[in-house]
Amino acid sequence: MPTVAPLDLEGHCVAAVFLGDVPHFALADGAVHRLDNGHKTEQANDGLLAAFHDAANDRLITGGEDGKVFAVKAGGEITELVSAGKKWITSVAAGPQGAIAYSTGKTAFVRFADGKTREFTHPRSVEGLAFSPKGMRFGVARYNGATLHFPAAEGKPVELEWAGAHTGITFSPDGAFLVTTMQENALHGWKLADGKHMRMSGYPGKVKSLSWSVKGKWLASSGAPAAIVWPFSAKDGPMGKAPLELGTRGNAMVTAVACHPSQDVVAVGYDDGMVMAVRFADAKEVLLRRPGKDAITSMMWDKEERRIAFGSAAGDCGVIDITG
Amino acid sequence: MSEAQTQIPVTVLTGYLGAGKTTLLNRILSENHGRRYAVIVNEFGEIGIDNDLIVESDEEIYEMNNGCVCCTVRGDLIRVVEGLMRRPGRFDAIVVETTGLADPVPVAQTFFMDDDVRSKTKLDAVVALVDAKHLPLRLKDSKEAEDQIAFADVVVLNKTDLVTPDELAKVEATIRAINPAAKIHRTQRSGVPLTEVLDRGAFDLTRALENDPHFLEAHDHDHDHECGPDCDHDHHHHDHDGHDHHHHHDHAHASDIHDVTVKSVSLRGGEMDPKKFFPWIEKVTQMEGPNILRLKGIIALKGDDERYVLQGVHMIIEGDHQRPWKDGEKHESRLVFIGRELDAERLKKSFEACQAG
Repeated sequence: MPTVAPLDLEGHCVAAVFLGDVPHFALADGAVHRLDNGHKTEQANDGLLAAFHDAANDRLITGGEDGKVFAVKAGGEITELVSAGKKWITSVAAGPQGAIAYSTGKTAFVRFADGKTREFTHPRSVEGLAFSPKGMRFGVARYNGATLHFPAAEGKPVELEWAGAHTGITFSPDGAFLVTTMQENALHGWKLADGKHMRMSGYPGKVKSLSWSVKGKWLASSGAPAAIVWPFSAKDGPMGKAPLELGTRGNAMVTAVACHPSQDVVAVGYDDGMVMAVRFADAKEVLLRRPGKDAITSMMWDKEERRIAFGSAAGDCGVIDITG
Repeated sequence: MSEAQTQIPVTVLTGYLGAGKTTLLNRILSENHGRRYAVIVNEFGEIGIDNDLIVESDEEIYEMNNGCVCCTVRGDLIRVVEGLMRRPGRFDAIVVETTGLADPVPVAQTFFMDDDVRSKTKLDAVVALVDAKHLPLRLKDSKEAEDQIAFADVVVLNKTDLVTPDELAKVEATIRAINPAAKIHRTQRSGVPLTEVLDRGAFDLTRALENDPHFLEAHDHDHDHECGPDCDHDHHHHDHDGHDHHHHHDHAHASDIHDVTVKSVSLRGGEMDPKKFFPWIEKVTQMEGPNILRLKGIIALKGDDERYVLQGVHMIIEGDHQRPWKDGEKHESRLVFIGRELDAERLKKSFEACQAG
């Protein structure tokens, strides 16, 4: 039986992650809590709005209302990377070679590991940021499409157009596909080799959580009463294919998804705080956590594939041990 | 769950540069009124107050990808409101200041069309600041100035000390002609009582039409202007059976401003047949939605012992039962549209055709 070690905090959890093997919970007030031989807390931003888990460097990048970007490492080491002024930092991402990206208003910035920064201004607001897993390239989600920049080189950005407001962005792990979340309850995708479009719609709610399965074969998403899992193993991605619908519940919406690091299994978090694990092959479900106070906002598996850190909108966070 | 939380009221402040928005905002932020406000501004600019809850945001108008051109939202507000609401408890209400040229419609629609925003906040009122001296000029050179007035629940007619009583009367008549439903306050240096601007409940169906004595009573018989801007008394002493009121002021005032394109259509009828009325209002808002800036109404439905209230923005329409009809209260239906290119005659005929036989 799976067991849950709860950590009851006050406030919206923006990110629940493992740094090293220590679960960390970054809250909207900027406090980063961790369960490291007891409950410990450090302060990052004054108002934390965005967080990105930088797996390669085992750190959490945070941006916030104070116009600052911090790097949080295991053991509670917090470093201020950027102080950009009074405007909110609305999204952050981490890329290869220690580079990070962050945005404020219409401008995206890339900060390289040596501290050098480049600035990319757009006609409209930067809504989301993601680095490509290959090469020094990053994508910006914006109104009417996405823009790809090559910050280590000169040259024009690549513009990908699709009408509507694109609010979030992710590259597939092999770098072949780019997928955005949209204001209008849909995903949009581009096959980068030829610019082919993929429309993934039919969600009753906005998609706020995306997770690629092992080797990018599937893309799991929230925004429906089930985790909607699109197949990406064919050369044209999910075009013409139906998604899997896993962990369907009649009375709750999926708010967070996190794919297992090595198996075709997804952890599914709901708006009532319930968490289930569901296997792709046979849709078999295992209850991991009973409903709590509020919606699950963030989840992550640890490296040993044994524990899941989860956070909620009300702050009732915790760690699930699936082996019990 | 989020729906169960109290919704934070949001006041939208519109008005041209120089109309006095910053002065009013400074008062909201500094006066001792016992409430804490988060303020979303386009530029930190002249607000001389250091406050963590002043958020600068780039105005981002997003058309929804559903083929409806009037379905627009402010993308930046969705993000800022979401961020603010993750740390509730810091403030009791939100004020959104728009740029001088801003279209108020996407701002308002954000609070109806985005599920996340809608679950956590509610639009309280749209307040337009108007510079008494410069309004005639503004109306000549921009559609926005007119839209801001047409869309407002409260109009603060500011800088009245810079014009003669005659000019002021003309400006006020112009505002009335554009928007018969708004409450007008004459002020100097944005000196309107904050209680007249904040926590108005103008979009709250149970309150909207109660605290609004002007509502639906002006337009075609635009009486009582002589009682001044702060007349909060009821106008219910009028008998509306006839439309033969004699007006003390000259209707030609409004037409001094040749560039006014917004008009209002006030409709009045008896009890409505719900089987006719609802399909009709749905059709009207679908067909005429792009031309309708605001609509408000109190409907008497046949066989229903409660008043039904309606309000809408473009194609978005909301309605609900408000309260039981009082003893002796006349079961009458009233509806006002404020918009452009509205066919008053057709609206009137089709509305009247919905009356219960």
